[in-house]
Amino acid sequence: MKCFTGWQGEPKEPSDMKRLWSFVIKEFRHVLRDRKTLLILFGMPVVQILIFGFALSNEVKDTQIIILDQAKDESSRQLTEKIASSRYFTLQESLNTYQQVESKFKEGKVKLALIIPQGFDHNLKHGNVSQLQILLDASDPNNANVLNSYLQAIVQDFNSSIQPELQLPFQIQTEVKMMYNPQMQGVHNFVPGVMALVLMLVCVMMTSVAIVREKETGTMEILLVSPFHPLMVILSKAIPFLLISILNVTSILLLSVFVLDLPVNGSLGLLYLESILFIITCLSLGIFISIQTSSQQIAMLISLMGLMLPTILFSGFMFPIENMPLPLQIISNIIPAKWFYIIVKSIMIKGLGFDMIWKETLVLLGITLFLIFISLKRFKIRLA
Amino acid sequence: MDKAIKTKELTKKFGNFTATDAITFEVEKGEIFGFLGANGAGKTTAMRMLCGLSSPTSGEAQIAGYDIYKETEKIKKHIGYMSQKFSLYEDLTVMENIRFFGGIYGLSNSTIKEKGEELADSLGIGEERHSLVASLPLGWKQKLAFSVAVFHEPQIVFLDEPTGGVDPVVRRQFWDLIYKAAARGITVFVTTHYMDEAEYCNRISIMVDGKIAALGSPAELRNSYQAKDMDEVFYRLARGAKRTE
Amino acid sequence: MRTIKFLLEKEFKQIFRNKSILIMIMVMPVMQLILMPLAADYEVKNINLSVVDDDHSETSRKMINEIFSSGYFKAAGFLPSYQKAIYLIEKDKADLILHIPAGFDKKLIREKKGNVFIAVNAINGVKANLGANYLNAILRQYNISFRQELIGQNASIDRISIQTDQIYRFNPNMNYRYFMVPGILAILVTMVGGFLTALNIVKEKEVGTIEQINVTPIKKHHFILGKLIPFWVLGNVVFSIGLLVAYLVYGIVPVGNLIVLYGFIALYLLVVLGFGLLISTISQTQQQAMFIMFFFMMVFILMGGLFTPIESMPDWAQTVTRFNPMSYFINVLRMVILKGSSWSDISNHLLVMAAFAIGLNFWAVRNYSKTS
Repeated sequence: MKCFTGWQGEPKEPSDMKRLWSFVIKEFRHVLRDRKTLLILFGMPVVQILIFGFALSNEVKDTQIIILDQAKDESSRQLTEKIASSRYFTLQESLNTYQQVESKFKEGKVKLALIIPQGFDHNLKHGNVSQLQILLDASDPNNANVLNSYLQAIVQDFNSSIQPELQLPFQIQTEVKMMYNPQMQGVHNFVPGVMALVLMLVCVMMTSVAIVREKETGTMEILLVSPFHPLMVILSKAIPFLLISILNVTSILLLSVFVLDLPVNGSLGLLYLESILFIITCLSLGIFISIQTSSQQIAMLISLMGLMLPTILFSGFMFPIENMPLPLQIISNIIPAKWFYIIVKSIMIKGLGFDMIWKETLVLLGITLFLIFISLKRFKIRLA
Repeated sequence: MDKAIKTKELTKKFGNFTATDAITFEVEKGEIFGFLGANGAGKTTAMRMLCGLSSPTSGEAQIAGYDIYKETEKIKKHIGYMSQKFSLYEDLTVMENIRFFGGIYGLSNSTIKEKGEELADSLGIGEERHSLVASLPLGWKQKLAFSVAVFHEPQIVFLDEPTGGVDPVVRRQFWDLIYKAAARGITVFVTTHYMDEAEYCNRISIMVDGKIAALGSPAELRNSYQAKDMDEVFYRLARGAKRTE
Repeated sequence: MRTIKFLLEKEFKQIFRNKSILIMIMVMPVMQLILMPLAADYEVKNINLSVVDDDHSETSRKMINEIFSSGYFKAAGFLPSYQKAIYLIEKDKADLILHIPAGFDKKLIREKKGNVFIAVNAINGVKANLGANYLNAILRQYNISFRQELIGQNASIDRISIQTDQIYRFNPNMNYRYFMVPGILAILVTMVGGFLTALNIVKEKEVGTIEQINVTPIKKHHFILGKLIPFWVLGNVVFSIGLLVAYLVYGIVPVGNLIVLYGFIALYLLVVLGFGLLISTISQTQQQAMFIMFFFMMVFILMGGLFTPIESMPDWAQTVTRFNPMSYFINVLRMVILKGSSWSDISNHLLVMAAFAIGLNFWAVRNYSKTS
């Protein structure tokens, strides 16, 4: 844009930066006016963190168990007592027939049952083997596994407690140290994941929809024929979401530190820089989508189905990538969120420095540049 | 009731803002009544109340003899409406739109079919009647929207800025349609900010800042304001206006 | 009644002309059902174990052998020092480190006690737990056989007189997909029903055609029925496609009665549609509707017992779950498809759904007004 530096006293045309700034302010006004969306933009990460931090867990506690006691003798009562008083299990009821147990399972009321055979007491006292049966609802296989091991531990404990005390020689003792997560809380896994998800959602979806809406309502054309460079129009749409996203990162970190007791072990500055990089990646993606689509519904569909789902699946925070079949593992490499998740985990939880994550950063940078490049190319085509 | 529309001190407030301020007027049956005013003067708000889309804050009105507060649904049976934002379904064809609105107003299937084909013919829509409305040029869309609005021969048809954005030829054609409808006995209540269209109406009112500042036939108004055309009448009235868009 | 016929005609025409919706209901079930269970495997396999054997004794070698022949662990490297092994954990290449210190063998035989050291990368809690458990179990087993070798078979030591037998019901192969697929079906149906309904009505608001409707004598409840019915049908279609895919790809055949299944879905869809309707009455733009819907959907999915069991949630969260229609749905799907539960088994769920359906739809209809 050449400025007309005319006669003295003639006001100079505003510089490009100033123009951009006035656009950005206009976009901000749009965003701020939509209270409902704003509420969700800021509220969603908070709610997610709270849910992940406090509501979700795999902990076993007070699990309902049914005991089918066919022995009804002293030992079986002792075993029942021991199980009921454990903090892992709550005795739902003692039933009498196998049918009853089956129907409880079908009603979804219970997930495991223990069957103590007749003559339990007698067998124990005479050194014979008693075969107990543990029935598990294996609809949730992992849960079934965990419940099984807990129950078995109690049963074996009972077993050794009734045997004569022996000092067993040749004892191999194991000392276990849990790194990064001494209390084994699931939280540490989730916070970086929530960050990736929220940034992705806000930046990609909101940006693409905002730009497409102008296209749909026709106001985009008005802007395009004005003397402002069209790139400025697009940038001005993206910048408010950049700022909102940085605010979101801050709120997530604050929550994490003060509410979840999960401190940032590494460099805060590095974390913010990487976050800004990821935000720009997502914004470019949003811009690319908006260039390709012509209706809001389609933009939303692509953002939601096309991006949300793969991000949740392939970023690695909900499901371990190494469990996936190879082709899916390869696909996961093009999902930006996957790299960002590794970066955040490394900085926040492991406290590592840039020297450990430069590779991932480079990948993210590469993806970003690629997106910007093809966006520019397609944009020029659209204009022509 | 003899009058098609009768209002008395009809008012609409949004919080502290009075959009429509105690307007009182009557419209005769079969009249073409123009509701003029600058943007922001309160025309659309007034029309929405008369259509039953918005509830008045105070005042009285009868549309086609029905009370605006208690008999809104009855009013809707006897009126047609064409909104400022084009309101036909763009993803349905011309005939499908006609069929839908005809059916909603209770016309029989055979009537819909017959009248529908007639309608398309009279508008000069040939094969396009089976294409999506989205593919029609704007002028045809407007004419179509009007025709659909009067398809069920309502007593009154309300038109909100119906000729925005079309060329003068199409505007002329549109007003031909309005005359034909009026000739069949349909009362036409039309808002516009094109002052030259005022000349086409039997009577007009001019709203300024939510109030009716002038009411009468175009000739009467030109006389009383000693103006050579409606533009000038309006200019004289609007000079003192505080509200502009 | 005739008006409903015209409304339905219009709706269906519009739906079939809308390419993005058609893609959604055809492609999405297929994509989700195929991708998600493939990706979403919580089964713990391939635990990467790195070993630092500073002892280099026969004992330590035998022990290591035992560990790796169990099949639970993948060797992540035999490293000369603990420090180097920690590096592997930092790089997420190892989940566990087993450190056998120098002199382990001698200490075990002479002092009758030997120590080994396990470091666990506990970022992924479930994996860490299971990994440590497995390792401990194998070590204990080895301990017993080691002891028996030295002392000989002795009837009064180490005798296990209680043995337990596990029976895995409803999913004998412990196939994790059986667990995930009903959950994914639930998400599918909910998303299609909720999103499409909400977006559809708000679009009419945004474009302005809803004004045209409000000005006609169409009765409010007719209009709403005209919107609900098409999407109710679509919801059933999506579910059926999903079931078909589940059968073709995973071989899942519902154990229970299909009538029970569809019966519940009929009711559940009313709930979801009502919810979409409600959201449409409070949104002015499609973007708002989408966001609000997404927010609730996310909460419902997370707290629905799909990924983590509801029983593990704290009490307050479990109470919240009672108001989550999705948790009932996921439950019922699993119950009927995997366990063959019948009408009486799900009667409670049916009642709650009915209450939700009536409540939500009533609220939505009240909110919707032809005159503002």
